[in-house]
Formats: sequence, structure tokens, C-alpha cells
Amino acid sequence: MNKQKVAKYFGWKLIRFIVLMVAVAIFSFVLLDLSPIDPVNAYLHGTAVSEAQRAILEQYFGTNTPMTEKIFHWLMDLIRGDLGTSLIFRRPVIDVIIEKFTVSFVLMAISWIVSGVLGFALGVVAGKNKGTWIDKAVKVYCYAIQSAPSFWVGMLILMVFSVYLGWFPIGFGVPIGVRSTDATFMEWAVRLVLPTLTLSLVGLAPIAMYTRNELTQVLSSDYVLFAKSRGEKGWDLVKDHGIRNILLPAITLQFLSFSELFGGAVLVEQVFSYPGIGQTAVAAGLQNDVPLFLGIVIISAIFVFVGNLLADISYYFIDPRIKENEFND
Amino acid sequence: MDNLLEVENVSISFIQYTKGLNQRDLKVITDLTLDISEGEILAVLGSSGSGKSLLAHAIFGILPGNANLNGKIKFKGKELSQEDKEEIRGKNIVLVPQSVNFLDPLMKISDIAIGHCDSEEERKEKKIRQREIFEHYNLDPEVDDMYPFQLSGGMARRVLVSTALLADPDLVVADEPTPGLDEKTVEETLNHFKHMKDQGIGVLLITHDIHAALEVADRIGIFYSGYVIEIALKEDFSGDGENLLHPYTKSLFKALPANGFEVIKGHQPLHGEIIKGCPYYDRCDMKFDRCKEERPELVDVGNNKKVRCFKYEEGE
Repeated sequence: MNKQKVAKYFGWKLIRFIVLMVAVAIFSFVLLDLSPIDPVNAYLHGTAVSEAQRAILEQYFGTNTPMTEKIFHWLMDLIRGDLGTSLIFRRPVIDVIIEKFTVSFVLMAISWIVSGVLGFALGVVAGKNKGTWIDKAVKVYCYAIQSAPSFWVGMLILMVFSVYLGWFPIGFGVPIGVRSTDATFMEWAVRLVLPTLTLSLVGLAPIAMYTRNELTQVLSSDYVLFAKSRGEKGWDLVKDHGIRNILLPAITLQFLSFSELFGGAVLVEQVFSYPGIGQTAVAAGLQNDVPLFLGIVIISAIFVFVGNLLADISYYFIDPRIKENEFND
Repeated sequence: MDNLLEVENVSISFIQYTKGLNQRDLKVITDLTLDISEGEILAVLGSSGSGKSLLAHAIFGILPGNANLNGKIKFKGKELSQEDKEEIRGKNIVLVPQSVNFLDPLMKISDIAIGHCDSEEERKEKKIRQREIFEHYNLDPEVDDMYPFQLSGGMARRVLVSTALLADPDLVVADEPTPGLDEKTVEETLNHFKHMKDQGIGVLLITHDIHAALEVADRIGIFYSGYVIEIALKEDFSGDGENLLHPYTKSLFKALPANGFEVIKGHQPLHGEIIKGCPYYDRCDMKFDRCKEERPELVDVGNNKKVRCFKYEEGE
């Protein structure tokens, strides 16, 4: 494998990324432009103004410029990294997103790791003991949690742990009346537990089911049959031949779940009033904050793209067959 | 010579759903009997898809969960339970599998060959032995670090044979070791089995390749429709086939291009088309009346030969 191939590989990825971003930027812009949201009304929040003042505002927001020109301006600003100013926060969109995303990132990262590790472990245990009560318990849990909406799971957890047991605060990122910069680490961490728990419990179901199926398939494969004929058995067999062969698809799936992670965070943050990117997205949508909303769309597209890219790269390190072939892409 | 492996009246069936929840017991192997001594090569010859591989899996106790195994499998005179099989597999008896698909695709060849080790010392010891055997089979040190998908057909075959010898076995079971190989590699593979025989290892060669069987085997068991119908000596496959006993074996021999290319009509009854009498009844040209209703047993006709045909039973 040489550097030129790697460069070519990432070059292609970059081109795909740019095409995707342009497409997402244009489509989301057009959709929002066609929606009944009027930026002037959104800005005014129902304040009474005279016709003349309204005309000035329309001029300012450019409501009457043709759509092609608007798209062009939007793309040009985007290239310069200017996402506009949020109507709710009265600050540059990029600053708002960075701030909120950082808060959500901790939540999403922990949930991602916990759901991945726990889901994989549960899947392996269930797959190894296929047909036993452990397997059935894991299956029932996974089917139940996959059928349940994540906000509902969040509400259940909130009721049990916050309301009935009183172990954790009901919500928010920091205690009420305390500035986020003044909150102690514990005050902050304790409020992270329930949203993380919810996202993890929801997120582990697909990975566990997938791992289970993959493992049972691997365990009935010819090469495991051969390994058995050579006297290998039990956990050693699963460890030596099973894990390695199912790890790759599992990791891929976990990276691909970035989109669900983001979607889940939106709902869960809403339930727990956690001031992250998810809650901000809901606020932007409900309060017609078009620049902020578009910014979040763009950022989430990048986020999901990065997840897919990481999945592709992870192949290279795990599967020797791809080491030889993939970069010929 | 003592019998290394005895397989007595083994039958293997699967539970199959037919219509709705109706089940039926699908017999793939109905009656399989054979024996192998030390330093002997016994070929089990049967057509593709006739369930020969299941015999190998039965010996190793690696049949699928829905399979039903009856009959006795004895190793060195002791009947094997599932636990016994798990104990001796990979040590006293080893499998040479069909193809490279039986190697873990994500493992390096030397790691597959060495197998699981409990300690680092054990690994080092086995690594040395693995290198020796690979060297013996003309496998360069580079092969150690290759992955199965990088092996050529001949290399893969040599790797599969070498993995068998790492364990220092008493019995090698080779499941279809020759298909898909060029003539030279087939020759080479068969020679490996001859070498094993010379070292006193018993070899059970499961194959559909009659040439391969005739080339190396001492005795050949003919597998027909789930039955072993004859166990013949290699020397009997000569001349006009006059020393062969069963009518099917005779016609099989005559069907070879060198011996007349005569093909008999009909086909082997498929699994599930179990008939009451002799499985060869429909195609046999010397059948008796009783063949239709009664099933002949595999009888010993002396000289290490066996046949399943009323013609050779006492009093006929």
C-alpha cells in the first residue's frame, strides 16, 4: 500500500464530501425558503410596526430577491464560514453551534461508547448462548426497546430515577439559578447521567441484535467447524475466531449510527431539558430561527459524514483483505 | 493390525418441516459401516451431495444441532460419546477439510495452524513445530504471515494437510481433498496421504473422485443412497472387474472410460426416497424377488471385504 493510493482515496472522499455538502446546503435552503416561515415575522415576534418599517426590514432580509440569487449568497457565505446570525440568541450561528455542540458532544460520546461496548458484549453473550434464557432475555429487551420511542424511554427513566427514587435531578445542564460557568463538575456530571443512560439503553439494541446474529452465523461457519474439529471450544473459540470476524461489521454499524445518535440526542435533550445541540435544534425549528436551523442541518450532515468516513477507515485497520484492495477504489 | 476406527451401522437424519408444521425424519445416511486399521487408507467413495461429509462431521462430533446420529463410532475399540469426541478431536483424530473456506479469513496462516495456546511457551513450541512441518511441505516463511485469501490452490491444500500433522494424529479424516485442483496438485496431495500411511497413520479419505481413491486407497467403501454397499480391495478394481462383488460396483467400474464407458440407467434414489428393500433394486440386473421387500445386511465375505447383497449371503 503506498501513499499515492491513500491520497487518491482521501481525494475521492473529499470530492464526495463537497458534493454532498453543496447538495445538502441547497436542498435545505430551498425547502426552508419554500416553507411558510417569513423571516420578517420571525424577527418581529408579533411586534406591531408600520408599513414603512416593515419594508425596510424586508429590504434588509432580502425577502424579495430571486431564489437563485439567495442560494448563491448563502453558498458564498457558507464558503467563507459565515452561517449568519441566530435570531434567538442574537449571536453568530457558528458560535451558538460550537457552544451547544460541545455540551452535547460529551453526552453523545459517552452514550456512543457505552452503547457500543455494552451492546456488543450483550450480543456476544446472547449469540454464544443461542437459544438459552440469556439469549431470550437479550432478544426481548432489544425488541422492546427498539419498538419504544426514545423520548418515551427517557420519560420512563426520568420518572423512575428522578421522581420516584429521587437519585438524580430532573433535568437541565446545571442547577437552576447557577451560571453554567460557575457549576461544579459534580453538579454538571450528575445531570449528565440520565440522558446518557437513556441514549445508551436505546442505542445498544440494534448493535446487540446485529452482533448476536453475526456471531451465530460465524459460529456455524466452516472455519469454526474446522476449529472445533481441532479441539478448540468454549470462550476461547469465540475469542479467537468469533470476535475478530464480527468486530468489523459491528464497528461499521456503530459508526453508521451517528445519525441515530444525533436524532436520539434531539429527543432526549428535549425530555431532560439538557441545553445541547438537540434542544437548540428544536428551539430553532419552533421559533423560526432559519439561520440557526440551517447551520444545525449543515453541522449534522458533517457529523454523519464523519461517522461514515470513520467506518470506512476502520475497515482498513481490521480487515487484511481490505488492506490490499480498498485503496484501489 | 488393530482397528483404529470402527463405524458401525451409523445413520444420520435431519428433522425437516414439510407442509405447515408436519415434520418428517429425513435420513441422509441410513447404514454406514466401515473400519480402518493403523497405516491403512480407506476411501469412502460416493457421489457429490450424498452426505459423505456428514460422516466426517459425525466422527468429530460437529454435526449441526438438528442432526440425529445413531449407531456406534469406536476409536481404538472404545465407543465414543460426544464428550470423548470433544476430548480426542484435534489430538488423536484430525480433519483435513475441503477448502480454504475452512480457514479463518481474518487470521494469519501460522496462527490458524498453531491454534489456541494457553501460554506463551506453548505458542513458541508449537510455532517451531509448525515451521518444521511447513518447511517439509515446501511452504516458505512468508506463508506464515499470509491470510487465507492470499493462498493459491496448491498452497492452500498443503496448508490444510500440514495443519493435520501438527497434532501428531493416529487418524486423519480427509474430506474431499482433491476437487478443483490441477493434476499435479492432486498427485502431490495424494502423495501426502501415502506418506502419512507410511508413518502408521490411518487415513479415511472421503471423496467422489474414483481416480484419487484408486490411486492411494487400500480399500474402498462404496457409498450408495445412504448405505455402504460394498467394501472392496483396491486390487479388485482391475481386469474386467470380476473380483468386485456388488452389481453397482461392477457397473461403476465399467462406466470408467478405460473400461468400456458403459452407463447404467436410472439414478441413485434421493434422500427421502427411502425404499423398503435393497437401495439398488430398481437398477439391478440380477435381482431376486426378496430384494424388493427385504434389505440385505452388509456381510463379511472374508479377506477384509464386505458386501451388501443377497447374492453373496449363505444359502443363496
